[in-house]
Amino acid sequence: MTQPAPSAQHQGPGKGRADAPASPPSKKQGPGARVLGFRADVRNLSLLGVLVVLVAVGGITEPDAFLDTGNLQLILTQASVIGVVTVGVTFVIIGGGIDLSVGAMVALASVWATTLATQEYGFAGILFTAMIVGLAAGLVNGVLIAYGGLVPFIATLAMLASARGLALQITDGKTQIVTVRSVLDLGLPDSYVLGIPPLVLVFAAVTVAGWFLLNRTTFGRRTVAVGGNAEAARLAGIDVRRQRLYLYLLSGLCCGIAAFMLIVLSGSGQNTNGNLYELDAIAAAIIGGTLLSGGRGTIVGSVLGVLVFTTITNIFALNNLQSDVQQIAKGAIIVAAVLVQRRTLRGGDT
Amino acid sequence: MPETSRRGLLFGTAAVSAGAFLTACTSNEPKEKAPAQSNQPAADDTEGKPVTIGFAGPQADHGWLNAINVQARSRAEKYSEVTLETTEGSNDTAAQIGQVKTLINKKVDVLVVLPADGKALTQVGLEAMRAGIPVVNLDRVFASPQAYRCWVGGDNYGMGLNAGHYIGEQLKDKANAKVVELAGIDNLELTKQRSQGFADALKNYSNIKLVARQAADFTVESGQAKMAQLLQAQKQFDALWNHDDDQGVGALRAIEQAGRDEFIMVGGAGAKSAMDAIKAGDSVLKATVLYPPTMAASAIDLARALGQSKGVSGLAEMEIPTSVTLYSAVVSKDNIDQYLPTGFS
Repeated sequence: MTQPAPSAQHQGPGKGRADAPASPPSKKQGPGARVLGFRADVRNLSLLGVLVVLVAVGGITEPDAFLDTGNLQLILTQASVIGVVTVGVTFVIIGGGIDLSVGAMVALASVWATTLATQEYGFAGILFTAMIVGLAAGLVNGVLIAYGGLVPFIATLAMLASARGLALQITDGKTQIVTVRSVLDLGLPDSYVLGIPPLVLVFAAVTVAGWFLLNRTTFGRRTVAVGGNAEAARLAGIDVRRQRLYLYLLSGLCCGIAAFMLIVLSGSGQNTNGNLYELDAIAAAIIGGTLLSGGRGTIVGSVLGVLVFTTITNIFALNNLQSDVQQIAKGAIIVAAVLVQRRTLRGGDT
Repeated sequence: MPETSRRGLLFGTAAVSAGAFLTACTSNEPKEKAPAQSNQPAADDTEGKPVTIGFAGPQADHGWLNAINVQARSRAEKYSEVTLETTEGSNDTAAQIGQVKTLINKKVDVLVVLPADGKALTQVGLEAMRAGIPVVNLDRVFASPQAYRCWVGGDNYGMGLNAGHYIGEQLKDKANAKVVELAGIDNLELTKQRSQGFADALKNYSNIKLVARQAADFTVESGQAKMAQLLQAQKQFDALWNHDDDQGVGALRAIEQAGRDEFIMVGGAGAKSAMDAIKAGDSVLKATVLYPPTMAASAIDLARALGQSKGVSGLAEMEIPTSVTLYSAVVSKDNIDQYLPTGFS
C-alpha cells in the first residue's frame, strides 16, 4: 500500500524538486543530481584533503606510534560507535529535523541492555534489548514530532532529559559490568576478521547501508525532498509525517546499534555513556557538508567528518597534548575545515 | 485490508512481547546480597539524647556518590536515637539551596551537606549556622569556614602522593622507569591536586619519569578511549596511575584489547570491581588509592556527636575538630580483605 506514491515519485523527484522548492541551490540526489554530484564530491574531496593533512601531521610528529596498523585499527574502532550514530543523525538532518537525544538514547540502550536481568539472556538478549530500546526511543521522538506536532528541537531535548534520567534510574549511578563472555570477546583481537575489528565492520556495513538508502532508494529521495521543502514534498504526494517518523526511528535504531557496540568496546554499561554524542554527531555531519536546514547532505561526508575528529583526537593523544590545548585546537580545526571547504566549493561553483 | 490487519496483529504481538521482555530486563537486583556496610560505631555507642540529622547531597549519578548515600543512611540506622532527614539528591545549585533551606525550616538539630558546588552553597551554610544549626560540610568545601562547624573530606593531593609513593617503591630498583598517568576531568580542581601530588611523589625517585598523561572524564567510555591512545603512544612502560576506578573499567578493557601486561596499574577511589581485580591478582591492576566513601558515615558520626554535645572518643579534645582530612590508603593484595567491604559499585 505504500507502493503507488513512490513509484510516481520515483520519476519525478529531480524534476519536481528542481522547480518547486526554490531553496537550496545545490541538490545532489535523484537523477538531476548527477550534474551536481560533482559539487558534493568537491566537498568530500576537501574533507579528504584535511584528513590527508592530518595523517601527514601525525606521521611527522609521531612516526612510530601513528603510522602502524595498530593505530589504524584504533582510530577506526574509536570512530565506529560515534560513526554509526552520525549516520542516523545525518538522515534526520537531511530530512529537515534534528536529533539532540542520540547520546541519551545510547546511554539508555546501553544500560538497559547490561542490567543483570538482561545479561541472563546472553548475547542475543543484550543485542536485542539495545536495538529495541533504541527503536522505541526513536519511535517516541518520531511520533511526538511527526504526529504530535512538536518541534524536533524540543521533542528530542525532552527525550535527552528523560532518557538520561531513566538510564540513571536503572543503574542507580553504578557501572554495570558485562560478564557475558561472547559479548566481551567480540571486542578482543582474537575476533578480528583479517585484522579488521568487528566493530569497524559494523560501522562499514552501516555506512554502506546508509549510503545505499540515501542515494539508491525512494526512501532516500523522499528524505531529501522532505528536508528540502516539506510543503512541496507533500504536494508531490509524499507522506511527510510518516517519512519523518521513519527518520527518527532510523536514528533510534542507529543509537541502539551504537549502544551495543559501546557495550562490546567498553565491556560495560553506564548512564554517562554517549556523553555529548549529539554535538559530536551534528558537528561531524555539518563539517561533512550536511546542511543544517535540511535537504542536502551525504553519508560519505559525515563519515569523513567523524574520521577527521577521531584522527585529531588520536594525534593529540599520541603527542601527549593536554585537554586544554586539545579543545582549543579542535575548535580552530573545525572552523578551518569549514572555511577550506567553502573556498573549494566556491571555486568549483562558478 | 485483512493483510494489513494480519501484519498489524503480527507487529502488535511482537511489540507487546518485546515490551514485556524489556520490562523484565530493567531489574538490577544482584543474585547475591550486597555485602553489609563496614564496622562498628566509632564514638561512644551508648545511646544518647535523640538527634535529627538533615542530609543533603548531590544526585547520585555515579558509583562513588551512590556509596556516599548508602554509607550515610546505613550509619544513621545503626543509632536508634538518630533520625535521618534526607533530601532528594540534586546537581542543581538552586535546587540544593532550596533543600537545605527546607531542612533549616524543619529545625533539624545538625546538618550534613555534600554540596553539588561547594562555593555556591556557602551562603546557605552560613544561614544554617546563624540559625544555630551546626553544619558538617562533607568533602566539597564551602568558601568560608564560618559556613560550617566541621569539615570532613578526602585528600586529593594525598591520593596522588600515595599513588606516586606506591609506584615509586615498586619501581625503585628499575633504571629509566617510565610511568603513565590517566587523569580525570581536567577542568576540576581535584584532578589538578591529584596530578600535583603524583608528580611531587615521583620527584623522590630520580630513576622514574612520567612519560605521558591524558585526561579522561571519569566515564568507562572515556577511560577506554584515552587508555587505548596511551597504549598506542607508549609501546612500553612500567607503571600506570589511573585517577578513578570507574574510568578504570574502560582502561582495563583497553589494556585487555591491546594485549599488554608489562606494567603495573594503580587505581583510584576504591570501587568494588577494582578491589575484586586486585584480590584476584590476575590483571595488571595491583593496587588502588582510596577516596573513601565511608566519609559519609564519619560525617554522620560527627553530626551525632555535635547534636549530643560530645567529643570524639580516642581524642583528648572536649569538642570535635573543625576539620578532618581522611587518609588515602593504598589498597593492595596485602590489605585487600580489610577494605573489600567498603568497595562501591
